[in-house]
Amino acid sequence: MLDKLLFYFFAAVAVASAALMVTRRNVVHSAIFLITALLATAGIFLQLRAEFLFIVQIILYVGGIMVLFVFVIMLVNLDVALQQIQFARQKWVALILALALAAQVGLMFWTSGKMPGQGLPVLTAAAAERLPPNSETVAHSLFESYLLPFEIASVLLLVAMIGAVVMAKKRT
Amino acid sequence: MMSAAIQATLEFLKLYWAPLLCGVAIVAILPLIVGYIVLVERKLMADMQARLGPMRVGPHGLLQPIADALKLLIKEDIIPDNADKLVFWLAPVLSVGAALLSLAGLAIGPAFQIAQDINIGILFVVGISALGIFGIVLGGWASNSHYSLMGALRSSAQLVSYETAAGMALVSALLFTGTLNIKSIVEAQSKEGIWFVMLAPVAFFTYLVASIAETNRAPFDLPEAESELVAGYMTEFSGFRWSLYFLAEYTNMIVVASVATTLFLGGWLRPFSGVAWLNFLDFVPTLLMAAVGAYCIVRAPKQPVRVQQLFMLAVAGLCFVLGLVLVVPLLLPIAKPFYAGIHGGFWFIFKVSLYIYFFMWLRFTIPRYRFDQLMRLGWHFLIPLSIINVLLVGVALIVGSYFHLQGWGLLLVTTPAAILALVAALLILGAEKERDARQNQHVASDFYAG
Repeated sequence: MLDKLLFYFFAAVAVASAALMVTRRNVVHSAIFLITALLATAGIFLQLRAEFLFIVQIILYVGGIMVLFVFVIMLVNLDVALQQIQFARQKWVALILALALAAQVGLMFWTSGKMPGQGLPVLTAAAAERLPPNSETVAHSLFESYLLPFEIASVLLLVAMIGAVVMAKKRT
Repeated sequence: MMSAAIQATLEFLKLYWAPLLCGVAIVAILPLIVGYIVLVERKLMADMQARLGPMRVGPHGLLQPIADALKLLIKEDIIPDNADKLVFWLAPVLSVGAALLSLAGLAIGPAFQIAQDINIGILFVVGISALGIFGIVLGGWASNSHYSLMGALRSSAQLVSYETAAGMALVSALLFTGTLNIKSIVEAQSKEGIWFVMLAPVAFFTYLVASIAETNRAPFDLPEAESELVAGYMTEFSGFRWSLYFLAEYTNMIVVASVATTLFLGGWLRPFSGVAWLNFLDFVPTLLMAAVGAYCIVRAPKQPVRVQQLFMLAVAGLCFVLGLVLVVPLLLPIAKPFYAGIHGGFWFIFKVSLYIYFFMWLRFTIPRYRFDQLMRLGWHFLIPLSIINVLLVGVALIVGSYFHLQGWGLLLVTTPAAILALVAALLILGAEKERDARQNQHVASDFYAG
């Protein structure tokens, strides 16, 4: 019961703040609502007893990426930005993509024959006690089962990082 | 639906009433503790500058924090006209909220921890306390003032830079434990019989410097450098809002000190906790309390006013009671179960106090850095140092396990690793300096100084 209540609370917060994020005119307000949405998602992870994902979400997205976002927003001249057109003219593409996504999700529920939320894996507290600790499980799956994809992803990130450094470097 | 919600709330309360109560207690007591930390800081500053410091309110200014708190509470609350009201209101709350929430993961002794045995322990504390930066950045932006914005920008740049070094330092210490759980970390140190500050001295040094920078303390207090930026991001905040920022800053100090204590200084363990013939060290806390109490009694007749004399005696009495509480579990067999909790709590708080004392000592000793110096120290020295250190500690651990080294024996491999890491980082720094000197046509530009 408590689990369900928590889930609906976090889900509602996430959806509402995501909607508010795209509709605010002020960029900083948008950033705040994005932070709220990310935190609510972290809450959902925690409710699913994936505490490692919860803290990674917070450290990486909220504590890392969003800080840089806000940092950049502060450097932008907001008065000029406010007078510019807020939404890019891609609404037809966006609409088609959104409809496609909605169709996909709908199809998933249609074929499974269940209502949304029904039949989702629910982990009770007692069952979670018996599982191995969360961070260890993540480490095992990352560094044993999926070592190669993990390394490929790291190399990709490294390449991006080096690229950024090269582009930012002053030509001498 | 309504009854279901009430039922769920009751279920929640039944499971978690004790942690909730502890949380409320901490939120209630912490401002007082922070007030007294500020008093200690002022007294210390006065002592180092050959002054007396606050002396008026209470004996030796002992009631000054309460007077300050009252003054802050009844001060006029000013919001600038062009400020973003909502964000202005939200920012200090965010700062304090993040700082207080991260306290929940800390273990003050083996018996007292609000969020008991969370698997991600130390990550929770570090990650949540890092969210406080939003309070600073948003507060600086919402005040709609150049000084505030500059302070906020500096602060976020500084935090992002030093977070990496601090995280890497934590990683090299965590390599010894193999767990993130706070209790298991301390137990690992008890099992090894040696604190990780000995095994990973470079990581401790990195964390020390990075934690000073992260809490915006001197010599890295650029975000609130009063000679350049008035008060940085706090410029437009007054009264209670300002005191919330202050509370957050000092709570963050307690948090970083607790993380360092847990990870490097053996948490709640007594020095040499595994050595039986040093068990007489258990009496040190009692003796310390008795000494403070005796000093208060000796000084009491010299107070000018009768109230102050009585107050001094009351403080002495408090110290004696604490000493008694600390000694009873050692002497009476009935009170034995409380030994771990009480003495663990004492040692933990003692180490945290020492760490904070060191912060203050540094603050009054070293002049403030310039911003580009700060950035250079972070990016050119601390981050390479911490990354190399992680690598070398890993290598040292593998070599150590090959030779079946344990406890103090591990020093044989970790000390060379530490020295090697330091030398490598210094070499990198030297090479960078040489290159800078060679192409020194451009004066180093200082984007954030305004």
